[in-house]
Amino acid sequence: MAAGREIKKKIGSIANIRKVTSAMQMVAASKMRRTQERMRQTRPYAQKIRAIIGHLAQGNPEYSNQFMNEPDSVANIGYVVISTDKGQCGGLNANLFRVLLHEMQEQRDRSVDSQLALIGNKAATFFSSVGGNVIAAVHDIGELPELKELIGSIKVVLDQFVQGAVQRVNVVTNTFVNSMTQRPVIRQLLPLTKTDDLTSQYWDYIYEPEANLLIDGLIQRYIESQIYQAVIENVACEQSARMIAMKNATDNADNMIDELNLLYNNVRQASITQEIAEIVGGAAAT
Amino acid sequence: MTSTMHCDIVNAEEEIFSGLVQMIVANGSDGQLGIYPGHAPLLTGLNPGPVRLRLEDGTEELFFASGGFLEVQPNGVIVLADTAIRAHDLDEAKAKENQERAQRLMDEQTSEIDFARASALLAEALAQQQTLEELKKHKR
Repeated sequence: MAAGREIKKKIGSIANIRKVTSAMQMVAASKMRRTQERMRQTRPYAQKIRAIIGHLAQGNPEYSNQFMNEPDSVANIGYVVISTDKGQCGGLNANLFRVLLHEMQEQRDRSVDSQLALIGNKAATFFSSVGGNVIAAVHDIGELPELKELIGSIKVVLDQFVQGAVQRVNVVTNTFVNSMTQRPVIRQLLPLTKTDDLTSQYWDYIYEPEANLLIDGLIQRYIESQIYQAVIENVACEQSARMIAMKNATDNADNMIDELNLLYNNVRQASITQEIAEIVGGAAAT
Repeated sequence: MTSTMHCDIVNAEEEIFSGLVQMIVANGSDGQLGIYPGHAPLLTGLNPGPVRLRLEDGTEELFFASGGFLEVQPNGVIVLADTAIRAHDLDEAKAKENQERAQRLMDEQTSEIDFARASALLAEALAQQQTLEELKKHKR
């Protein structure tokens, strides 16, 4: 019965792991609802401000903010990488980093360098082992990130942009498609991108009060809202991905326990059969 | 000229209003402005105050915005409010309390920055009350 005891032990430890994963699944499920709700609520603002900024970039403003000028050539790109703080969320971060590394490689082939501003612990860990030109990092953003905690590292990239050290700023993040699907994307933040939902060729806004005050304020808010929305969305992605990953882990543990139980019963039955055979053999011999 | 245009009012937390309107009256940073369909493209800051919409069916709806931006495009109007609420969600007692607090801050101001903040608070509180007044008038 030594083999039986071994198997029993294994079943016990898998059952313990199963308890942990199923608890994490339930925690993630309740957090998922909350984070998704928040993401949905703040989405309209981010979308509308992006639309306005798109119009602004497409128009012919009399005043041009430093963030609006399209550079002649791009030699350096700043990436704002938004990752999670914790692991146990399936391939969420790994997929994101793979997309980013692929993009960086492509840019390197065109002799364009990359600079990285990292949000979240996982990005910091990953790029400290992979290497990369990290210019800023924020750790432990938590589940309810506040803008003022994020803005510091963003400012580093913005300053680089203003100084001309980078000619483009991209945001690398996961977008939330639904609870089962999260898609990694690279989105251009700066310089401002044009939208093409307006048909007229040449026009400009009437500005009240002056254009420079208005545009500066608007762009400031645009950058903040885009980063904030991306982080909020990434948190929602994290919780969904974790719930799915933990559900899979729990299911796998269940399967393993079933298989091991079967094996245990086999071994036990075999040993009983053998004992009976021995007794019968012994009785026959006497 | 079309008789309605699309209007969206959003604040940082949620979407407040989205639909077709006949007219918008808002408190721009250079004074009150009314916008009808076909208005030239316009980008303006908003001062704290009421935003009045005349809906497609002629009824009016009142909102309060504490500041932000307003954009007019041929295809519609977007109001990006810092905070915006439907006017009947505004609490009269709360508005009064805000005003008193702002006034107190004004009286006790110790520095330039404090003063600026307090006067901004006061402006907001007054605008809230103004919105409530208008709502009352409107109901009568």
